[in-house]
Amino acid sequence: MKSRIPVVLLACGSFNPITNMHLRLFEVARDHLHQTGMYQVIGGIISPVNDHYRKQGLVAAHHRVAMARLALQTSDWVRVDPWESEQLQWTETVKVLRHHHSELLRSLPRREGPDHSRARTAPTAVPELKLLCGADVLKTFQTPNLWKDAHIQEIVEKFGVVCVSRTGHNPKEYISGSPILHRYRHNIHLAREPVQNELSSTYVRQALSQGHSVKYLLPDAVITYIRDHNLYTRDSSWKGSSTQRSEGKTGWEESASPQNSS
Amino acid sequence: MDNSEKTEVVLLACGSFNPITNMHLRLFELAKDYLNGTGKYRVIKGIISPVGDAYKKKGLISAHHRVIMAELATKNSEWVEVDTWESLQKEWVETAKVLRHHQEKLEAGSCDHQQDAPMQARPGQKRKWAEQRQDISPKKLLEPKPKDVPKIKLLCGADLLESFAVPNLWKSEDITQIVGDYGLICITRAGNDAQKFIYESDTLWKHRNNIHLVNEWVTNDISSTKIRRALRRGQSVRYLVPDLVREYIEKHDLYSYESEEKNAGVILAPLQRKPADTHSNCTA
Repeated sequence: MKSRIPVVLLACGSFNPITNMHLRLFEVARDHLHQTGMYQVIGGIISPVNDHYRKQGLVAAHHRVAMARLALQTSDWVRVDPWESEQLQWTETVKVLRHHHSELLRSLPRREGPDHSRARTAPTAVPELKLLCGADVLKTFQTPNLWKDAHIQEIVEKFGVVCVSRTGHNPKEYISGSPILHRYRHNIHLAREPVQNELSSTYVRQALSQGHSVKYLLPDAVITYIRDHNLYTRDSSWKGSSTQRSEGKTGWEESASPQNSS
Repeated sequence: MDNSEKTEVVLLACGSFNPITNMHLRLFELAKDYLNGTGKYRVIKGIISPVGDAYKKKGLISAHHRVIMAELATKNSEWVEVDTWESLQKEWVETAKVLRHHQEKLEAGSCDHQQDAPMQARPGQKRKWAEQRQDISPKKLLEPKPKDVPKIKLLCGADLLESFAVPNLWKSEDITQIVGDYGLICITRAGNDAQKFIYESDTLWKHRNNIHLVNEWVTNDISSTKIRRALRRGQSVRYLVPDLVREYIEKHDLYSYESEEKNAGVILAPLQRKPADTHSNCTA
């Protein structure tokens, strides 16, 4: 009986904030890989980006990690890992992949002796760590200077990518338009999200800053957290990290009571 | 405009809810934000009214389950609730009648609220009676005093609006009543198409001020049809429907190839009604 290759999915990103769409990525990717008959998805990791990424509007990593944790409270296979966010500086995605892959290998049960027969529950193949992303991320591989070519190659050659489709994106085009991606296209799995969903964190932040409801777009527990910590209000939406930094960044002003409707 | 001058609104959504999804729930949130944002309205309640089994739509599972799922879905909502009246009727009920039922219920309720009313007057009578009561006992009322009895409005997507054009599906007087007496909040991502649809209908055009088109910037395609299809194929519907609903579906194994075949070949209830007074389009 052919046994499946165990896979762990790793999603990197801002998660600013995490939304139901991010959570869907994991579900869609898992279904897709299982359908191929070749893989068994054994885990999922959300790795929020480091504050030093300096993306506009990025709230403090400890908030983004906390929100992801709340969102994953009811998940039995996806977890959040703060390693990337805790590093002293921004870490390239390939390095995050390398880190989690070695962690994965370290956590495997060690085999004892040459006559150790294949245990029924032990995986017969080394687990693979794959990068999980939306088609928009695949497109960014084309952006000049955003990714190092060597990194792109390592990502698709050594790890592999599961890319979930997104409206307005044609991932097949991105692949055929890039020699590196094309060469390793067998290791890029294109999963189709059957339910078109243009939900984005950007939209959620805008809605929140206007006092509009975001219920049912992200888990209730995350919405409560956002409200309790006054995140993404009108006054705070264009500031950077909420922690004080010395490089001329403005601090976090306590905003007036948010006008969130429940 | 302070609260006392705003029209209180109750949003009513009719439909199969087979099953209810996060998209249905979003409709309420979008509509409330929109209406409250105009400054003229204050949305005080949302009602989900699942259709009765007698509607005979293909794949429609028992109302019992659909009601429970809707209740599970709104468990964490502070203002949206489920009403079972429509689903309990033995025959299919036209949407206009459902609206009327709920509006009358509101008026009866508002009456009781102002004073212990031993009787229940009909709508026409009630208004006069209520005005008289206001003169006699001004203090006991809710403060600030709302402009009038809360108004029911039909909440829907563009698909319902455009279904007005399906031959024999709607009675023309029902359409007139829905947009004339009650009003429509229509959440749509194709605002131009909806506006054109209204423009091309004399009835809708006449009552266009009572038809609110709300733009859905985030395309949200979580249709019940797709949910059922995903379930049949063993695909995950997590984060598309509330967790409690998903668990209920799994526990009761509600959606399958068999359940999708229910009512196959049966004519939809509204199309079974005599088309004597329906017209093929909704021009007045």
